Amino acid sequence: MKDKIFKGLLFAAALAILLLTAGVIYVLVKQSLDVFHEYGVFGFIFNAEWDPRPETEEYGAWSFIIGTLFTAFFALLLCIPFSLPVALFNGEYFKGYKISSFVSSVVDLLAGIPSIVYGLWGFYTLRPIVIQLGVNAQGFGIFLASIVLAVMIIPYASSLSAEFLSMIPDTVKEGAYSLGATRAETIRHVSLPMASSGIVAAYILALGRALGETMAVTMLIGNTTNVPTSLRDTGNTMASVIANQFGEADGLKLSALIGIGLLLFLITAVINLIAKFIMKKLSVR
Amino acid sequence: MENITENKLNNQNENSANEPILQLRNVSVSYAPGKKAVNNVSADIYPNTITAIMGPSGCGKSTLLRAINRMHDLYPKIETTGDIYLKGQNIMEMNPMEVRRLAGMVFQTPNPFPTMSIYDNVLAGYRLNGIKLKKEEKDEIVQRSLMAVALWDEVKDVMNRRGSFLSGGQQQRLCIARALALKPEVLLMDEPTSALDPVSTNKIEELLLDLKKNFTILIVTHNMSQAARISDNSMFMYLGDLVEYAPTRQMFTKPQHKKTEEYLTGIFG
Amino acid sequence: MSDRVKFSNVKKRAAKDKIVFGLVCLFSFLAMIPLFLIIWEVVSKGYKNFNWRLFTQVAPSSMDALLAKMSGEPIPGGILNGITGTILIVGMAVLFTIPLGLFVGIYLSEHPENKFARTVSYLTDLLQGMPSIVIGIIAYIWVVKPLRSYSALAGSVALTIMMLPMVVRSTEETLKMLPRTLKESGLALGASYTSVVFRVILPSGFGGIFTGILLAVSRVMGETAPLMLTALGAAVVNWNILKPTSAIPLLIWDFYNDPNLVDIIWSASLLLLIVIFLLNWIAKIVARRWKI
Repeated sequence: MKDKIFKGLLFAAALAILLLTAGVIYVLVKQSLDVFHEYGVFGFIFNAEWDPRPETEEYGAWSFIIGTLFTAFFALLLCIPFSLPVALFNGEYFKGYKISSFVSSVVDLLAGIPSIVYGLWGFYTLRPIVIQLGVNAQGFGIFLASIVLAVMIIPYASSLSAEFLSMIPDTVKEGAYSLGATRAETIRHVSLPMASSGIVAAYILALGRALGETMAVTMLIGNTTNVPTSLRDTGNTMASVIANQFGEADGLKLSALIGIGLLLFLITAVINLIAKFIMKKLSVR
Repeated sequence: MENITENKLNNQNENSANEPILQLRNVSVSYAPGKKAVNNVSADIYPNTITAIMGPSGCGKSTLLRAINRMHDLYPKIETTGDIYLKGQNIMEMNPMEVRRLAGMVFQTPNPFPTMSIYDNVLAGYRLNGIKLKKEEKDEIVQRSLMAVALWDEVKDVMNRRGSFLSGGQQQRLCIARALALKPEVLLMDEPTSALDPVSTNKIEELLLDLKKNFTILIVTHNMSQAARISDNSMFMYLGDLVEYAPTRQMFTKPQHKKTEEYLTGIFG
Repeated sequence: MSDRVKFSNVKKRAAKDKIVFGLVCLFSFLAMIPLFLIIWEVVSKGYKNFNWRLFTQVAPSSMDALLAKMSGEPIPGGILNGITGTILIVGMAVLFTIPLGLFVGIYLSEHPENKFARTVSYLTDLLQGMPSIVIGIIAYIWVVKPLRSYSALAGSVALTIMMLPMVVRSTEETLKMLPRTLKESGLALGASYTSVVFRVILPSGFGGIFTGILLAVSRVMGETAPLMLTALGAAVVNWNILKPTSAIPLLIWDFYNDPNLVDIIWSASLLLLIVIFLLNWIAKIVARRWKI
């Protein structure tokens, strides 16, 4: 019967997702076995050496792990003073007004700009400013990359936060007003605490986005293999080192890069899992 | 529709010796230009009374109530005109924040703050207003307020838990306690029992009769029998006008206006 | 009656309230500025070379560009190979994604309680969070290596993996919002499940589904990283899906890395932005028109 076939197809499609994911994990693991064999899992993770020269080949992911975490967390920090006000603007102060849909459209467009265009903007417009500020001589580095990354994740953090803020029932807020609270006081003591879990989830998702970002970071971070210890340093992230060095790679180097890809996959998967878990708990409540 | 002013009330009210605590003078509220939800209402409310505000849906009773604690200021499209005097002061000229400390409000759906414990909920008025209290002062206020609403015994061992596990009736009493904690001059209640079961409703009605000794209460209700049970005076509103305002017993037995009579006999909701 | 509660400083609190409001507005305004800065930069630098040549000529070689610059002439060439490449790669990806994404979305909306469905839903979220470069690695291993060549096909596979979760989600969400009675009345008329889905449910949810697809396309159009590992790029217009192919973002990357070609970065970026914003705008209009 036609329906049986169709329902079978539907099921097969769903199964395909399962197989796809399994395939992804399988491939990443299998292709990185070489490098994990060579150095051991922890040996690879915590090694800060990255030397592709044939005589002295040695690969370790640590510099890039640090670079990734450094840029992503600093970007998150930088985006908060902008994304939170936008969330309050759209979810609280001007909820339902035309200006709110204008502001949220503008901020959402930020999410539509391709990563490479951000990289160009960072390179041509921001880099000279960074050099002028005396951060470092060439401008490239953690500082520049994090700034651009912060702008890129503003829309992700703000639109989800705004949604959680807008879901707070008017009657609870009116309860606060009826006791004599100002708007700011109501936001601080009632709205923000109520939306807090959702807002945390939103920022965790934004963090996940920042961790995986590739092109803009590759163009701005300096592409060196040291462990960055300050904002002035150049470095690499896991994504950018793959983008840079994948081209001609083979053998152990290729395995190392894929190993880094696996680590990146795991980190972003865990982060997203945490965020989704928080949001699920919210919808149950 | 003519407005019955406070004069009739003066002559028949037992407490006529007192000054009115709340005076409404030509109060009108409109949601859109030209469309008045409350039309030129004037009335005097006396201390330690329960005044019921009744009328069919859409007659403006909640709108009138919310004008008293300037809730309409929160919504820029709403325009309020007229004067309201609370203990002689014109609240229309005061800062709304101050007004809301003097007039406490309880809403139709119980709305305790979900992220605060029961203890903190009672004290919320102080916290929101930035008033710092010592632990002993806090404990005293919480105990006094919860006892006033007959909730103390039920929650005294679980005060640090959030209020969400309380029943609807208990949550509403918590909200009343929260309003009382600030020692307001008047208590404004917007259909406080319409979302509750009969047992809780009964408990709260008894509570109000008790609170009357120390507070002045205005209660909007769509339930005529509730008005008959607990109120001293009643207002009947229809399409924004204050049609009749009289001692409850009188209004129910000898209503002066046809519309009042029609409402009371159930011709329209 | 009762001792009145002391008023804390009302004026101070009212002032604080206004300051907070002012700061929220200020920082919201500041947050919008980067968008305008970027648009301004791309437009002002890109309009000069935004002409017919952009659309009809392939990218110049480094040598041609150098020679032109030295003789003071505008750089020849355009981004035709990138445009056709993008059309090919994204087009194929859309072809792969729509049936698969639609079917999974339908399945998930029909079986919300089912444990298998919930696992698939969770895995869809997992795939959505995958960094684009990792997806590039996957497509490299699965397509480039076996074929021993970079190819448009590999690029499409990568973009498909990126678009799938978005299309699945938007389909699922759209269908979930349809009233259950819609499906029931269709079935009650004796129609088969298949025809109810295709003739009643999908058309009803068309707006949301179409919007989801448009947004997914606009999202992957600007992706560079996965294509670097799969399609690689080509100097000529290529329609052979098994050969390396260019794409607009890849060209931008090439131009960026080549000091001679740098000037046409902006017109290529301008084209990219125009198309992306257009797609977003159309998606918004469709969403509004088809709102239930």
